[in-house]
Amino acid sequence: MRIAIASGKGGTGKTTVAVNLACYLQGLGQEITLVDCDVEEPNCHFFLTPEWDFQQAHSVPVPQIDHEACQGESCLQCARECRFNALIWMVNHIMTFPELCHGCGLCSHICPEDAISETSRETGIMRCGKAQGIQLCSGSLNVREAMAPPLINRLKTFAAERETVILDAPPGTSCPAVAAIHDADFVILVAEPTPFGLHDFKLSVDVLKQLGLPFGLVINRDGMGDDSLLNYAEREGISVLARLPHSREAARAYSTGAILIDEMPEFFREYQNMTQMIQAAQKA
Amino acid sequence: MQEIVVISGKGGTGKTSVLSGLAPLGPKKVLADCDVDAADLHLIMHPSVQKRHEFISGELAHIDPDSCTECGLCREYCRFDAIDGSFRVWEQSCEGCALCYHVCPSGAVWMEPRFNGYWYVSETRFGTMVHAALLPGAENSGKLVTTVRTEAREIAQQSGIELILTDGSPGIGCPVIASLSRASLALIVAEPTLAAVSDLKRVQELTAYFGIPAGIVLNKADINESLGEEVEAFAREKGLPLFGRIPYTEGITRAQIEGLSVTEYDPDGLGASMRSIWEGIREKLETEAPSSSGARQEPTS
Repeated sequence: MRIAIASGKGGTGKTTVAVNLACYLQGLGQEITLVDCDVEEPNCHFFLTPEWDFQQAHSVPVPQIDHEACQGESCLQCARECRFNALIWMVNHIMTFPELCHGCGLCSHICPEDAISETSRETGIMRCGKAQGIQLCSGSLNVREAMAPPLINRLKTFAAERETVILDAPPGTSCPAVAAIHDADFVILVAEPTPFGLHDFKLSVDVLKQLGLPFGLVINRDGMGDDSLLNYAEREGISVLARLPHSREAARAYSTGAILIDEMPEFFREYQNMTQMIQAAQKA
Repeated sequence: MQEIVVISGKGGTGKTSVLSGLAPLGPKKVLADCDVDAADLHLIMHPSVQKRHEFISGELAHIDPDSCTECGLCREYCRFDAIDGSFRVWEQSCEGCALCYHVCPSGAVWMEPRFNGYWYVSETRFGTMVHAALLPGAENSGKLVTTVRTEAREIAQQSGIELILTDGSPGIGCPVIASLSRASLALIVAEPTLAAVSDLKRVQELTAYFGIPAGIVLNKADINESLGEEVEAFAREKGLPLFGRIPYTEGITRAQIEGLSVTEYDPDGLGASMRSIWEGIREKLETEAPSSSGARQEPTS
């Protein structure tokens, strides 16, 4: 089963839920792979601190021009047809902008002279290691790289399929978040009971309805704000999987990379409920 | 003209709360919300929309089922798995590259401009605000960020306003990169947690690469004293001003619930912190040349 943890707003507690759920399920004897899909700002490894025993660079394809074979100004099909402006005619040759390239392969396909081949460009790394019996796979996009989705997609295939795969998604509702969650069996949306939290939760709900994925809500820092998130979930018939209490102690424990279910029994019980509700939703 | 862009690396550190706390202070400004896929600034600013524009960007492939012979070439060539077994285009995956259009032997594929959301020009109690809403699951957030910022600059120029205050996205990817080009100051909102300190370092590296001056506000400062000291040491090492510290306080959430900036909600406590932060920023901006620009070109998509 693939469970994705997502939220429209950043900093609502996705990583906290992903890591604690992984530890809880591992404690039940399940084989767990946790995939940190927030490749722009990966953080799972501060909570599970594995020795990385496998590491691999991630590369994307980019065009390489054979300037001898290129017909030059009389053709320019590649520059004209590239939707991403990754190739342009510069005075006397085709120039490429690898950071704009989406790696679609159109230019090499349409070049009438076969003057465009592909080379690769490194945009990040993927690493795996085991901590507390959990297999953690984490991606890290190189700083200055704009496009996270190719690395997220690759990371997900790189991670070992196990009984349970937990996907910690990046924040937001656009392409990186969709890349992380679109093939999950169940999505846990983590939200805070605040006006910002409610607003961004509604955006996430729209995305999940479009994707047609089953989901439930985990209210994090329950008690910090107001009841509007809970009321909205009840009105819309969205199941509330858990309510993780707001506490300064939990915030402090989080800051140090602690696993909350190990230290605070009230959190352990919430993960127990969460798991039972997800299992019930899967059977239904 | 100068532009302050508020970013954080990690989400939820308080970008929007800090920005809205600065909005009532200092000179007249144009506000820009560039967190286009989870925009929240309007919940504090209550903008009255003056103009709404469609955001059309990129393309989307369409397959005409009547002309399609189901030869499978498009599926074979598409690198984004955007065409399903029934030869329908899966919108969320389609990058609009048009390779399917080129390989289709029966002319069944056509490309259309893609509608990705809206952007707005609105009035607020703190001045004009440009903001946007990307459709759920949509692409090209970087281009929408660029659209919002370009409009904010035009409005500022036309009205003789000297300062733009821009709310950025979490992360370090496409929308963040698009929000940094030509910014006068990246205001990084940090918090003293292991995760946020790591994220702060990555986003600072990004600002340094683009040659954008940066400074830090430490939010939730009393959650972890030793990590707070680490942030201070990092700021010293990189020569970044630490504009101020904001304690972990209910006041931030209460202000949000009231739909007020923290400066309006708690003028003596949080408001005093924000005024002191603003003074630090003002001094920093005075040392930077107006309209200082990053040395490098940023990717635009």
